[in-house]
Amino acid sequence: MSTTDVTPEAAEAPTGSMKRSGRRFGDSVFSNLSIGSGLLIFLTLAAVAIFLTLEAWPAIRASQEFEGTAEFSLIEYTAPYVFGTVLAAVIALIMAIPISMLIALFISHYAPRKMAQGLGYMIDLLAAVPSVVYGLWGGIWLVPRLEPLYMFLNSTFGTWPRWPGFLPWVGGEPVVALFAGDPTAPMRNLASASVVLAVMVLPIITAIAREVFLQTPRLTEEAALALGATKWEVIKTVVLPFGRSGVVAASMLGLGRALGETMAVLMILAPGATFSWHILEVGRHQSIAANIASRQAEASGVDMSLLIFTGLVLFVLTFIINAIARAIVARSGPKS
Amino acid sequence: MSTAIDNETPTMMRSSGERRLPWYHLVFTGLVGAAIAAVLLLALDAFSIASMLILGFILHLVMGYLYSLVREGRRWAMDRLMMLIVIGAFALAMFPLVSLLWEVISRGGARVIAASPTPFAFWTNDMSGIIGGADAGGVLHATIGTLLITLWASVISIPIGLFTAIFLVEYADQGWRRVLGKGVTFLVDVMTGIPSIVAGLFGLSLFLAFLPDGQQGVRMGIMGSVALSLLMIPTVVRSSEEMLRLVSMDLREAAYALGVPKWLTIVRVVLRTAVAGLATGITLAIARVIGETAPLLLTVGMVTSINWSMFDGRMATLPTYINQQYRNGSANCMNDTVTNPVNQEVYACSVTTNIDRAWAAALTLIIIVMVLNIIARLVSHYFSPKISR
Repeated sequence: MSTTDVTPEAAEAPTGSMKRSGRRFGDSVFSNLSIGSGLLIFLTLAAVAIFLTLEAWPAIRASQEFEGTAEFSLIEYTAPYVFGTVLAAVIALIMAIPISMLIALFISHYAPRKMAQGLGYMIDLLAAVPSVVYGLWGGIWLVPRLEPLYMFLNSTFGTWPRWPGFLPWVGGEPVVALFAGDPTAPMRNLASASVVLAVMVLPIITAIAREVFLQTPRLTEEAALALGATKWEVIKTVVLPFGRSGVVAASMLGLGRALGETMAVLMILAPGATFSWHILEVGRHQSIAANIASRQAEASGVDMSLLIFTGLVLFVLTFIINAIARAIVARSGPKS
Repeated sequence: MSTAIDNETPTMMRSSGERRLPWYHLVFTGLVGAAIAAVLLLALDAFSIASMLILGFILHLVMGYLYSLVREGRRWAMDRLMMLIVIGAFALAMFPLVSLLWEVISRGGARVIAASPTPFAFWTNDMSGIIGGADAGGVLHATIGTLLITLWASVISIPIGLFTAIFLVEYADQGWRRVLGKGVTFLVDVMTGIPSIVAGLFGLSLFLAFLPDGQQGVRMGIMGSVALSLLMIPTVVRSSEEMLRLVSMDLREAAYALGVPKWLTIVRVVLRTAVAGLATGITLAIARVIGETAPLLLTVGMVTSINWSMFDGRMATLPTYINQQYRNGSANCMNDTVTNPVNQEVYACSVTTNIDRAWAAALTLIIIVMVLNIIARLVSHYFSPKISR
């Protein structure tokens, strides 16, 4: 639309010049407000980066990396939490991606037309539940019920296939390191937190994957059907290849959400700061967000700065992940 | 296709497709699978409804596949198998939703209805003077705090979000404004992905940077509102932009042709046409931020009684209240009763009182969120403009 096609004449102006200047005034106020709001978005994001850096600065300046001699190291402090954050999010995604793709296929291709929208709402309801309620449900209801599964996984895969002892590094270690270790009840471990995270990112990935699958060109699908393909063959040969980049982008957005989620991890995980791969062990991991939330009440001065620094790291991490996801969406969008 | 033809009786052949088994054959294999699972579990003495359903479903996958493989051929069997898996995945995803809602409604509802001293007192009491395992207390202060903070977050976010959407749709059409519009779209996308805890840290550090050194412990409602609006603005922009773009260009051009200035066209024509969609999007954005916990943990703290002031002192909110009661865990009951030190009232002592309160507060929060969601759906259903259909 162009702004130049506005005719300057006004039919029922009380006084021509007054009306005209009033119009100019209204127009300029409105356009300035709009442009100002747009600029404010820039300013806000810049302010997020600036104020976080400003408040994190005391910790950066007092750190080993900056001073060389100080007693604490930014990297040593942050790295275990980055590890815990990424591990929890990746495990959640490994559980959530296949299931949400299947659900998206169910809604877009299997469910009867009339039911599809209602079923979509059901999945959207999962996204409407506040994260603190997920934390409550996970911490009280889910954790005890997962215990038999963990004991089974631990006793089945945690001990039996071991690398031969003569191998370097891994000799004698269980092959499936994830389920190894010594889980103890209550199972406030990384695996439980990941299960709840998976439930939370499920609706996000499903919603985008559903849109992408629905955009598959109808004619291509019908052509495949006309060649005698079964429904699954249509999906395998047409729908999935068409939606690949969309699914990748959806997964990245889910990853961004899982990385930044606080409450589910805070309320379920018993914290610890190690680089352990044993996701069934309790008190081994912690995520950046949950670490900030659990320590902020007692922190002040440099401790608070340190927490804000880890928040900055999380911000940068999710910023990169989301930017990549959006770039994939933007690149694959116009094609459809 | 010829590979799929096998030696079935010709009467079952249908020219429209090679699938020749009616749907109830799968129901039959499903029932057989469940029965076998039940017998197996009974033999192992580990029977439960849940385990029967899970094992039965897995058996059904195998049996249905094999049955279809024999009767219909490999390709159709694969098709059947995938259909079963897809349905199973949906059922699996419904499981946490149903279980969560059931737990919240049954446990929270029990506490709300049975709240002492009178039913539903949970919604009219606050936590002042509630100590130990006192089976009393409520969420009035937290509900007011949540509503106030969300109201202020909306007051900040809705104008900014709406005007940004107007800018993107109406003004970012050429020259430098087009470039700015591209940048804003990208940044709004990035903002959508900001972790909530980072929003909380932003709200905190923004105010701490302007407060003197001695007041670094200050927390107040407005800090929470600013943090929440960082999360709310992008959702408002996204939904409003979508709605404004739906408004037909003909309407705008008709208004310009009548000599209506641009800003009046936007206010009287564009916004008015899109008002239902805008209201829906904004309601959903409010529903999204009203349950945010992490930013409020950092910025508004916790108190035990009502605080009406956004600029003075800490506030309680429902999400942080749930978190706090959950953290408190089981209470200690030395005696059968607990006395309120403020008004000398005597309450029964209950070990589970904190967890009960957490569930009841969760029920309150979910009711608020669901009411907002229903309002949004109703608004979009009844007030959407007829012309866009």
